[in-house]
Amino acid sequence: MKKYNYFITALIASVLLLAGCGNQNGNGGSNSALASNNAEKVYVAPGEQDEFYAFLSGGYSGNLTVYGLPSGRMFKEIPVFSQFPTSGYGYSEETKPMLNTSFGFVPWDDAHHPDISQTNGELDGRWIFINGNNTPRIARISLSTFETEEIIEIPNSAGNHSSSFITENTEYVVAGTRFSVPVPQRDMPINEYKGNFKGALSFISVAPDNGRLNLEFQVMMPGFNYDLSHPGRGKSHGWFFFTTYNTEEANSLMEVNSSQNDKDFIAAVNWKIIEEYVKNGGGKKMPANYAHNVYSDETHTGTTTMKKEVLTVDPLEVPGAVFFLPTPKSPHGCDVDPSGQYIIGNGKLSADLTVHSFDKMIAAIEGKKFDGEAYGIPILKFEDVLAGTVKSGGLGPLHTEFDGEGNAYTTFFISSEVVKWKLGTWEVIDRKPTFYSVGHLMIPGGNSRKPFGKYVVAMNKITKDRYLPTGPEMEHSAQIYDISGEKMELIYDFPTHGEPHYAAGCPAELLAPKSKKIYRLDENKHEFATLTPDKARVERIGNEVHIYMSTIRSHFTPDNIEGIKVGDKVYFHITNHEQDFDVPHGFSIIGQNTSELLIMPGQTKTSIWEPKKVGVWPFYCTDFCSALHQEMQGYVRVSPASSNIELSWSLGD
Amino acid sequence: MKKASLIMMIGPLFLLGLFAFPLWNIMLGAPQYPEPLGMNIHIDGIRDMNEFDLQNIDGLNHYIGMKTLPKPEDMWEFGTFPLVIGGMVALGVLIGLLGFMGKVSYKWFMGWFVLMSVLGILGMYDFNEWMVDYGTNLDPHAIMKLANPDGTPMTYKPPLFGHAKMLNFDVTSLPSTGAWMMFTGMMFTVFAFFVGWKSQKSE
Ligand SMILES: [Cu+2]
Repeated sequence: MKKYNYFITALIASVLLLAGCGNQNGNGGSNSALASNNAEKVYVAPGEQDEFYAFLSGGYSGNLTVYGLPSGRMFKEIPVFSQFPTSGYGYSEETKPMLNTSFGFVPWDDAHHPDISQTNGELDGRWIFINGNNTPRIARISLSTFETEEIIEIPNSAGNHSSSFITENTEYVVAGTRFSVPVPQRDMPINEYKGNFKGALSFISVAPDNGRLNLEFQVMMPGFNYDLSHPGRGKSHGWFFFTTYNTEEANSLMEVNSSQNDKDFIAAVNWKIIEEYVKNGGGKKMPANYAHNVYSDETHTGTTTMKKEVLTVDPLEVPGAVFFLPTPKSPHGCDVDPSGQYIIGNGKLSADLTVHSFDKMIAAIEGKKFDGEAYGIPILKFEDVLAGTVKSGGLGPLHTEFDGEGNAYTTFFISSEVVKWKLGTWEVIDRKPTFYSVGHLMIPGGNSRKPFGKYVVAMNKITKDRYLPTGPEMEHSAQIYDISGEKMELIYDFPTHGEPHYAAGCPAELLAPKSKKIYRLDENKHEFATLTPDKARVERIGNEVHIYMSTIRSHFTPDNIEGIKVGDKVYFHITNHEQDFDVPHGFSIIGQNTSELLIMPGQTKTSIWEPKKVGVWPFYCTDFCSALHQEMQGYVRVSPASSNIELSWSLGD
Repeated sequence: MKKASLIMMIGPLFLLGLFAFPLWNIMLGAPQYPEPLGMNIHIDGIRDMNEFDLQNIDGLNHYIGMKTLPKPEDMWEFGTFPLVIGGMVALGVLIGLLGFMGKVSYKWFMGWFVLMSVLGILGMYDFNEWMVDYGTNLDPHAIMKLANPDGTPMTYKPPLFGHAKMLNFDVTSLPSTGAWMMFTGMMFTVFAFFVGWKSQKSE
């Protein structure tokens, strides 16, 4: 009960702190010289470009948004787990397979934690990964096309939250389950959870040449909640650390019942040992069913393969592979400093941060100094692994990043602030309010061996009065702090899309030079591509009609089509013949029961139209492609089902 | 005279640069083309500055009724120019060689230079003629038919040399590496003439 009282105290304290925050608007506005100085820091003049890319997860938008720092300007929303009518993602025939799962077509997810690929612990800018929380999935997004190239479903998982973090050479992208579940799933009483549910930690390999994902093995852990995770780096490379909560294994009224233990655990997983074990034939294959969706930017088409088997590893059968580090108060963020020495547990129901030492952990393991075990997994002694405690005076630490200069920055959700502290001495250097209830924060490269410690972006959960009001629903807010000095400086507010739970950033020069401008038409291998206008045609197979159409400023070829009948299923396969940067064409037709298509230069996309009414129906280009964009249109004649009008098509005669 | 002949042998070789580098370059920049489109005019054809530039120039020009840019097989010049340049290089080196052996006088060096200059001027004249046709012989069914303030139809001949504003485009036309190499080579032959003349005088 002591725990519960503490929680109430914390809540009361947070109310007091929030009230305190109302008195200071924190934008430096009280000092106009400072304010104009801050304006200069974030001002990116027209035509100039930002210093950093920032990729913010969209949370319940299911997507990933791309911003510039320090301007806070949004450049793109990359569709990942959600249908996106703007481009036709998840609506076009080519991209529908990307959203296939073992539960069928799932057109939405809750996208949480982006992470950029690394080589030797430094950002390499090849891909960015992000997890779908709700129907467990991991996506890989190309950082040359900025499009989703691959999505793999994670079996035996639920609430894919301690994901998608990568090891320092992108050997694995790791996905841990937040909710433990029966494995395999079965019909059983919920209150028999304790001791019967499992928590799967999945290790998905990433092929170095093309990024192809493969679920190599799942470590079947006790039925706790695995909240967040981070890789070891440098000296701790080969280990992965996961925070846990609900080590009580409660199955109801979790906000109370899962907060009873004074300490939960950070699970330290030596994936190198497990990898070796698996290589030598270890582990148990179990039947499974999960989707693996791959998109090719040569065929411009996604395909789904259902995988039928997964390799599971019982950690008890791999000595030395898994240990528990006691960590106070339901830790949320699990962060590893750039040297790989410190593992930080952000005890979200506490005022303090717990920092474990990797060296001490190894010494304790070698000395076999255990403090009992949980389901056979050795628990290390808290005092033996503790490097230090940050007595911050804040409440509800959630997540920590690093500036590469020996400082750490932690968000405090309950007390709405960012606290800067020093690694090694654990002293608090500075604290600044955030507006309001900050979740995660991000320093470009902050989750790598080489952070770029110039700005920190705080992603807030509550917006309230920061912008002009837009009714009860509004976007979340982010704040940028200049961290180049000893004290942090709040320099800018900007609204974000969806609910960013985490972000990843990198210097602009890592990505900008290799960003693709067009898809080459001569590399288009789409099954239904129309590579030259003279190949444009219409073909009928029963009641399926395939229209092979091409576009160039500013006409469709063909633009008059006759011989379509009510009840036909009409496929518009449209190839954009432009080879000029930023000249997409769109396609839409009246009564289409799906979204438009937005077709990039050199690309082919397909939309299905099932005409229900006799008539002559127009279609048009939805993208203002040229001065003659309004002329970019055409007609389809739809005749009664019984008619025997021959198919015909034409352009300009 | 031996020194002059050696210079005469080297000079025409610079013209071989025309087989590797463009003779002329035309760049078209506009507000929506912050990275300008460009064409390189080689002696054997017109090529992209950056890939797809020619296709995109054609795409834009069709609005105002201009023909597409010629392919090598569309113009006799692109077949003939390489032969003429090759022939002139061979002739120049031969004259130098004969000078070296004392079979011809240094005046032949100037002869080669004058012939090359005449051919060059003819080439420029021909190039300009093509640009006039390209810029003024417009499709009567053009999508956009624009007129000058005096009511005459607007034409789009690129400048032979320098900069011009054409509609929303800034067009810059300048000699390129190949032309500069040709110029250098021709200067060598003039120099050879003077060296030959001097050595003659001092004898
Ligand atoms: Cu269009």
